[in-house]
Amino acid sequence: MTTTVATAEEGTTSPYTLSHLDALESEAVHIFREVAGEFENPVILFSGGKDSIVMLHLALKAFAPAAVPFSLLHVDTGHNFPEVLEYRDRAVAAHGLRLHVASVQDYIDRGVLRERPDGTRNPLQTLPLTEKIQAEKFDAVFGGGRRDEEKARAKERVFSLRDEFSQWDPRRQRPELWNLYNGRHAPGEHVRVFPLSNWTELDVWQYIAREGIELPEIYFAHDREVFQRAGMWLTAGEWGGPKDGETVEKRLVRYRTVGDMSCTGAVDSDAVTLDDVIAEIAASRLTERGATRADDKMSEAAMEDRKREGYF
Amino acid sequence: MSTTISEELSATTLLRFATAGSVDDGKSTLVGRLLHDSKSILTDQLEAVERVSASRGQDAPDLALLTDGLRAEREQGITIDVAYRYFATPKRRFILADTPGHVQYTRNMVTGASTAELTVILIDARNGVVEQTRRHAALAALLRVPHVVLAVNKMDLVEYKESVFAAIAEEFTAYALELGVPEITAIPISALAGDNVVDPSANMDWYGGPTFLEHLETVPVTHDLSHCHARLPVQYVIRPQTAEHPDYRGYAGQIAAGSFRVGESVTVLPSGHASKIAGIDLLGEPVDIAWTTQSVTLLLEDDIDISRGDLIVPSQDAPPTTQDVEATVCHVADAPLTVGHRVLLKHGTRTVKAIVKDIPSRLTLDDLSLHPHPGQLVANDIGRVKIRTAEPLPVDSYADSRRTGSFILIDPNDGTTLTAGMVGESFASPEPVKDGAEDDGWDF
Repeated sequence: MTTTVATAEEGTTSPYTLSHLDALESEAVHIFREVAGEFENPVILFSGGKDSIVMLHLALKAFAPAAVPFSLLHVDTGHNFPEVLEYRDRAVAAHGLRLHVASVQDYIDRGVLRERPDGTRNPLQTLPLTEKIQAEKFDAVFGGGRRDEEKARAKERVFSLRDEFSQWDPRRQRPELWNLYNGRHAPGEHVRVFPLSNWTELDVWQYIAREGIELPEIYFAHDREVFQRAGMWLTAGEWGGPKDGETVEKRLVRYRTVGDMSCTGAVDSDAVTLDDVIAEIAASRLTERGATRADDKMSEAAMEDRKREGYF
Repeated sequence: MSTTISEELSATTLLRFATAGSVDDGKSTLVGRLLHDSKSILTDQLEAVERVSASRGQDAPDLALLTDGLRAEREQGITIDVAYRYFATPKRRFILADTPGHVQYTRNMVTGASTAELTVILIDARNGVVEQTRRHAALAALLRVPHVVLAVNKMDLVEYKESVFAAIAEEFTAYALELGVPEITAIPISALAGDNVVDPSANMDWYGGPTFLEHLETVPVTHDLSHCHARLPVQYVIRPQTAEHPDYRGYAGQIAAGSFRVGESVTVLPSGHASKIAGIDLLGEPVDIAWTTQSVTLLLEDDIDISRGDLIVPSQDAPPTTQDVEATVCHVADAPLTVGHRVLLKHGTRTVKAIVKDIPSRLTLDDLSLHPHPGQLVANDIGRVKIRTAEPLPVDSYADSRRTGSFILIDPNDGTTLTAGMVGESFASPEPVKDGAEDDGWDF
C-alpha cells in the first residue's frame, strides 16, 4: 500500500523536516551533552516515574555506545509504590549505574523532619534532596520538570542556577539565548537542568510509545485497593490510609504521575496499552497535576514556593 | 496496515514562535484564545482562574492569570519574564515564547526571538503603525527571524474596514522590507471576537488569506539546506573504551547548520586538521546523511586531536577564524557593558576569554538612529561592539547562520549572562533608513 499522505501539503514536509518528537529528542540530547561537557559531577534525579525514565532513555542514547556519564539520585519518601522501587533497581542494574538515595524516613527517624498532620511527604523531600546535593557536591542536577506542568514551571529555564541554599529566584534568572546555555556557577552553587522543558505530557507518552520504553505497571489500568480522599483515589497502605470514615474499595485505575503514595491519586481508567493511554490523555479535560496531585492544590503559589526552597 | 493514534500524532512538526508584546494590544487575549481553542486550557486550570478572579470580585475570569505564573506577577498585575507555552493542533505542535510588554521588552523579546522561527507583531487597528511596532519590526530584523506575522487586531473596532487594514499592512510591509525582514504576512483579526484567529471571519469577506492559526500551521519550518554552510560544534568526545568498542572515538554534537554525509572531506577548526567522515551515528543508529538540528556523533577516518569547543566543517566551506569579532549586541544584564570590560565569550560549544575593545555606536530602535561612541551599553541597549578574543574563533556571519553567528558574553566573576551577540552586519538591507541629524555613514 502506498502512503502519499500530506507530503505535498503546503510545503511543510521536506525530506529535511524533523518530526516534533525528533526535534524534542535532539534538543534534549544536546542538553545532556552540554552538561557532560561542562560540569564535573552531574546527577540525574530518578524517581522511577515516566519523566525520569524518559530522561534516562535519552541519556543512554546521547552517549551510546558509551555508558551514561552520570549517576542517579532518588529521593525516597518512604511511601513509594513497590512496583516503582523495583523498576528503579532493575534500571540501575541493567545499565550499570550508580544510585544515590536521599531518604525522608531517615530524617523523620532522626527527628530532623516531622511528619505532617495530613501525612503528605512531598514537601518533606526538599531538605534530604538539598543536603544530598551539598554532601555529594553535585554541580548539575537533572530534573524531569516540564514547563507545561504548572505556570511557575512555565517560567523555568533549561539551565537554572541555584544558590548554596538550593534556592530558586525567579527574578534573578539568566536569559537563555539561542541554544547557548550558561552553566557558570560558584562553588557551593549548582545548576538544575531540565532537558524535558519543552515536552508536554502527550509528547512524553508518544515518545515512550515510539521508543518502546518499558514503564512500571501502575501507569496502566489495573485493579487496585483504593479509597477516596479530597476527590482523589489513593492507594491504601501502611503509609496512613485509609483513616476513620474512609472506605477501601477495589477499582480499575491507573496513575498519570508517580510520586509519594500519600498525595498521588489514581484515575479511573481502562487504558491497558500505550495507545489506550495516549487516546485517554488526548481526550482528557484535566491536567496531569490537577487530576492527581494534592500538594499543588495547597495554595495558588504552592509550586513556586516549593521551587524557591529547592524542590525540583 | 493500520496507523495507530500515536503514529498519527507524532508525525506532526514543531513550530517555535514568539509574540512581540505591547501593553494594550490584546496579546493576552490572542494567546488566551489560541490556548483555549486548541484545548490547551484544561478544566482545572480554568477553574483555578475563575476561583481567584471571583475571590477578587472580578466579574469575568481574568485570563492573564493563566499566564502570569509568579507570585510577584500576580501581586503587581504585570508580567516579569518570558514564559513558554505549549499547544497543539492535529497538524502541528507549537512552542510559544510569550514575552511581556512593559519596559524590559528588548531583552525579553531578544530572548524569545532567538529561538523562534516566527514572530507575531500585534497592532491595534485604531492606532496603526506606532513607535512600538517599528521597534518590534527592527528587533525581528536584527534577530533574523525567518517569518513575521503582522496581526492587525481589534478590527471589530474599525468596522472591519478593508481600507484600514490595507493602509496599515502597506505601511508596515514597506518599513519591514527596508529592514530586510524576509517574509511578512499581514492578517486582520479580532482576538476578542475571534475573527480570523482560528475560524475565518464572516465580517471580513474581503480577506482571502489564511486565518492566524492556519498560517501558523502551514508556515515552513525547514530551510533550503543547499544554501547552508554545514557546521558541527563538537560538544563531547564519546570514547567507550570497552571490550566491545575498544577504538570507538566519536565527536558528538548538534548540527548547527546544513548537512553532513559519510565520505565527505571535513576540516576541524581552529586547528585546521583535515579528515573524512567515516561514519555518522544518529543516537546509536548509523546513517549516511544527517542535517540540522539533529544531534549526531561523527566518526572520522583519521585519529586527529579534536575536543569540545572545536568546529567540524566541510573542507571546501570553512569559515575564517578571527580574534577580532564585530557584532551587534543586545545587553541583557542590569550592570552596564563598558569598553575595556573583560568577559567570557561563549560561541557554539567554545568559551574563551575576551575583552570589549570598542563600542562604536548605540542604536535607537524607535527611529534606527545611531548614537556614536556611547561609552557603555546598559540593560536593553542595542549597539555595535568590537571584541578581541584570547583565541581564534571560527565565526560565521549571523546573516548566514543564526547558530554559528551568535554568541553570549558572560561575566567571569559571577557567571551572569551579560550580552547577546550577532556577528556581522546588523540589518539585511544594504540601504537602511537614513537618519538626518546624526548620520555617521551607517556602516553599521
